[in-house]
Amino acid sequence: MAAKFDLTDDGLVVIVGSGAGGGTLGSELARKGIKTVILEAGPRYEMDDFVNDEWESFAQLAWKDMRTTSGNWRIARDFPNLPAWIVKAVGGTTIHWAGASLRFQEHEFKTKTVYGSVKGASLLDWPLTLAELESYYAKAEDKMGVTRTHGIPGLPGNNNFKVFQAGAKKLGYQEVHTGHMAINSEQRDDRGPCQQIGFCFQGCKSGAKWSTLIAEIPKGEETGNLEVRPQSHVIKIEHDAAGKVTGVVYVDKDGAQQRQKARAVAVAGNSIETPRLLLNSASPKFPNGLANSSGQVGKNYMRHTTGSVYGIFDRPVHMYRGTTMAGIVRDEARHDPSRGFVGGYEFETLSLGLPFMAAFLNPGGWGRGFTTALEGYENMAGMWIVGEDMPQETNRVTLAPTAKDKMGMPVASVHYDDHPNDVAMRAHAWRQGQAIYRAVGATKTMPTPPYPSTHNLGTCRMSEKPRDGVVNKFGQTHDIPNLFISDGSQFTTGGAENPTLTIVTLAIRQADNIADMMAKKVI
Amino acid sequence: MEDSKPAGGVSRRTFVTSSSAALIVTATAVIHPIEAWGLEAKGLAPAAVQTLIQASRDIYPHDRLADRFYALAVKDFDTKSAADPKLKALLEDGVAKLDAAARAAHGVPYVQVGWEEERVALLKRIETTPFFKTLRSGLVTGLYNQKEIWPLFGYEGSSADKGGYIDRGFDDLTWL
Repeated sequence: MAAKFDLTDDGLVVIVGSGAGGGTLGSELARKGIKTVILEAGPRYEMDDFVNDEWESFAQLAWKDMRTTSGNWRIARDFPNLPAWIVKAVGGTTIHWAGASLRFQEHEFKTKTVYGSVKGASLLDWPLTLAELESYYAKAEDKMGVTRTHGIPGLPGNNNFKVFQAGAKKLGYQEVHTGHMAINSEQRDDRGPCQQIGFCFQGCKSGAKWSTLIAEIPKGEETGNLEVRPQSHVIKIEHDAAGKVTGVVYVDKDGAQQRQKARAVAVAGNSIETPRLLLNSASPKFPNGLANSSGQVGKNYMRHTTGSVYGIFDRPVHMYRGTTMAGIVRDEARHDPSRGFVGGYEFETLSLGLPFMAAFLNPGGWGRGFTTALEGYENMAGMWIVGEDMPQETNRVTLAPTAKDKMGMPVASVHYDDHPNDVAMRAHAWRQGQAIYRAVGATKTMPTPPYPSTHNLGTCRMSEKPRDGVVNKFGQTHDIPNLFISDGSQFTTGGAENPTLTIVTLAIRQADNIADMMAKKVI
Repeated sequence: MEDSKPAGGVSRRTFVTSSSAALIVTATAVIHPIEAWGLEAKGLAPAAVQTLIQASRDIYPHDRLADRFYALAVKDFDTKSAADPKLKALLEDGVAKLDAAARAAHGVPYVQVGWEEERVALLKRIETTPFFKTLRSGLVTGLYNQKEIWPLFGYEGSSADKGGYIDRGFDDLTWL
């Protein structure tokens, strides 16, 4: 069954992180016969361990290790040590994601060409086109069971969706449906259909939602070629005199340091920890961190232009009943500068429970204005905006100057300023979102600021030229042939779409490429 | 929440009517005779607990929520204060300053200031202080994470244990 490899085995591929990138890559390599170890910082929970309670689940699953923040984003003021809401557990952020699985649009791979120069933005074309990814997108959609692909029916619309759809149609929006969701609408791949539990963000307790925990890792483990080691927090990547990676140092569940040798290392710690690890792996040969000859490691951090709109009606909605995000309006995702910004955004249904609503509806808000809004909870509908934010070199992950974690390693510091394009896009989306709800009788609408980022991208971006980024079109670092990046850090630009499908797609393709290079003894 | 008799008998009993509830403050506890509960003050002075209960309601006013929910939220602070002298000092100092400001503006301590608007105005003046920020941010979970209040907002809580909402009205909206 699941393998158990030696620390001294230097023929292994070692993957840091077990989420959409790392978990998929590990499973794909194992199924090709390649011996692989995934080192996951968090523990391993199974479906039975998840809890339908927002704060208890947050305490269980969320990455709460110290980070610091700066910049003009509201997060730095309201949640200064929680820039991101991601998962520290086997499965990574696929445990708590909503399941929205959208392909990037063709032009979103070449924003420099299509949008032109945007002042202050570090736009760059991907070294990849949609055409090159299409067959892999199809494989990912099949693997994940994405509704409205491969003959899989769409999920049914819940109450929140009914309000959203009615309002959107009234405004004349055309592309409105229950989404492309990696959530079974019927029995598929040994997993049952969605039970409309409504706690998607707290780990799916029915198994309907795809995650690497339940759908990829077990398949990899069955081959005997995959070992997942939980509570193994990698703190450094090591290399030899020639500059090739030789293994990693990690801290195990007893707090002891271990060294795992490797033939190749793939880093998939999500876009804050991944650059942090490269920077913390600085050495005399690589004083600016690994794979950082371009100076781009940590730079161009993106979190999507997000925000929410909640609407209160004179009759009950019960928006929390059922799938949290099975609803989409895609019309605004197009590139149309006549709206006053480049790039586009999606509207997706969203619900929070009462405890989270109190924390995130208006962080810092209090008094009757706030409580009157909360008292409308039963009659509330909600949507989330996800749009393309501009990459900026100054939006970046660096090592905090003094703060250290309990293993003595400098923690990550995340700096982010909204770009004027982001501000204009969000303002447009808030206006349109409120109009959707008013069109069907909302008596009150509330534009809500971005939450701690669930989409974290771009900090080790792909580039054609080594001087412009960190990795090539296969996620292989420009500087070190046997060092790969496998998570959303690779994204050259963010697109308007939720990132998980593209991360999984790139990982499937990267597995093909790594296997090929290993067969040719290139690495 | 235990029923609590005032320790030491009648002599230290103070009967105070606040604007929104009849809370009795004793040497060791805050008692609500109508709702029939008592909160033993372990870390903070009972009068401070009473003030914090009123301030909590003024920060997050829900007329449908009985005092006991705000008292439970304040109990969290009281318990933590018993173990954390810095927190105790922060809260008791904050309450003292709030009472001083109330006396200066209205001639009475905070809990006796008549109108909510007047008390909110006093809170607005201190909303950037560590005392207010600590109180407000603690209430976000201390108040709203009490399962007992969720039905009052129409939130049904845990769902998987009830089979999800697939047969419990996930799409029962009929007014559109």
